[in-house]
Amino acid sequence: MSFFLNVKINVFVTPKKNVLDPQGAAIAHAMTSLGFKDLKNARMGKVIELELEGEPGEDFEASMDRVCRDLLSNPVIEDYRWSIEDAG
Amino acid sequence: MKTAVIQFPGSNCDQDAFHAFATVPGLPARMVWHKDESLGDAELVVLPGGFSFGDYLRCGAIARFSPIMRAVTGFAENGGVVLGICNGFQVLCEAGLLPGALIRNECLEFRCTTVELRVEEAGPFFNREKLGERLMIPVAHGEGNYLIDGEGLDSLRKNGQILFRYAARGSAADRRLENPNGSVDNIAGIRNRRGNVFGMMPHPERAVESFHPSRDGIPVLKAVLEAAKSGAGVGV
Repeated sequence: MSFFLNVKINVFVTPKKNVLDPQGAAIAHAMTSLGFKDLKNARMGKVIELELEGEPGEDFEASMDRVCRDLLSNPVIEDYRWSIEDAG
Repeated sequence: MKTAVIQFPGSNCDQDAFHAFATVPGLPARMVWHKDESLGDAELVVLPGGFSFGDYLRCGAIARFSPIMRAVTGFAENGGVVLGICNGFQVLCEAGLLPGALIRNECLEFRCTTVELRVEEAGPFFNREKLGERLMIPVAHGEGNYLIDGEGLDSLRKNGQILFRYAARGSAADRRLENPNGSVDNIAGIRNRRGNVFGMMPHPERAVESFHPSRDGIPVLKAVLEAAKSGAGVGV
């Protein structure tokens, strides 16, 4: 019998460094207005939480990268990274 | 000229596009649901504006995977003429049929207004001789800020792929006001290099009747129809 694992994956999608991030700029502006003086920069992205059931296959990393590139992020404007978190 | 207007869940300019391409010039057109897998005998494909799939994830990101998009991509690869308006433009960029991406307006606000466009020299159908120098066309979007890297922008300029720019007049400060979304190089619409896929944020289909802000959309639609008639991308 094989193991069935519950795996949680967090995908972080962030605007590329050289891409203007109007939302991040608005957040930075608001934080500065609140008296947050040491703020240098704010960037806003998104977190996508995925829950998987079963054993990750051998090509799991490659298929995660593919789905991140093709769907979850737009490589023209965004970077992505993902990490596995054991959900028990 | 048989036009197919693609309907995604959340499209909301589909009826306007249908009206502008069917009723105004009196040409055959039909709606094609996003779950269809074939475009039938369509000779021109229009991706209308709206909020396909609620703009979830990114504008156009989910629509790109609708079954009909495989047919649209094949149609474009065979030289068929495709026009994406507003959300349709976003879908074409997400699908990789046009370069670049459309991000949140620099002002962070939804902009609903009529803008003045400067017509650029972008080949046999989109040029000043055909369209005149300036057009007044409505825009209505929150994510129309066109973005492309420096190399991509050089390539657009060099190959005459920029259809329209938000018209810039007066001082630098005024100029900023007239670009409604912060688009790089004031870009409002582009075409692919081959010259058969067109995308624009302004809505030409909302500028065809006497009760519209202008009727400057008519020459734009005519240019697209002419491109389709001549087989713009075929055999190039």
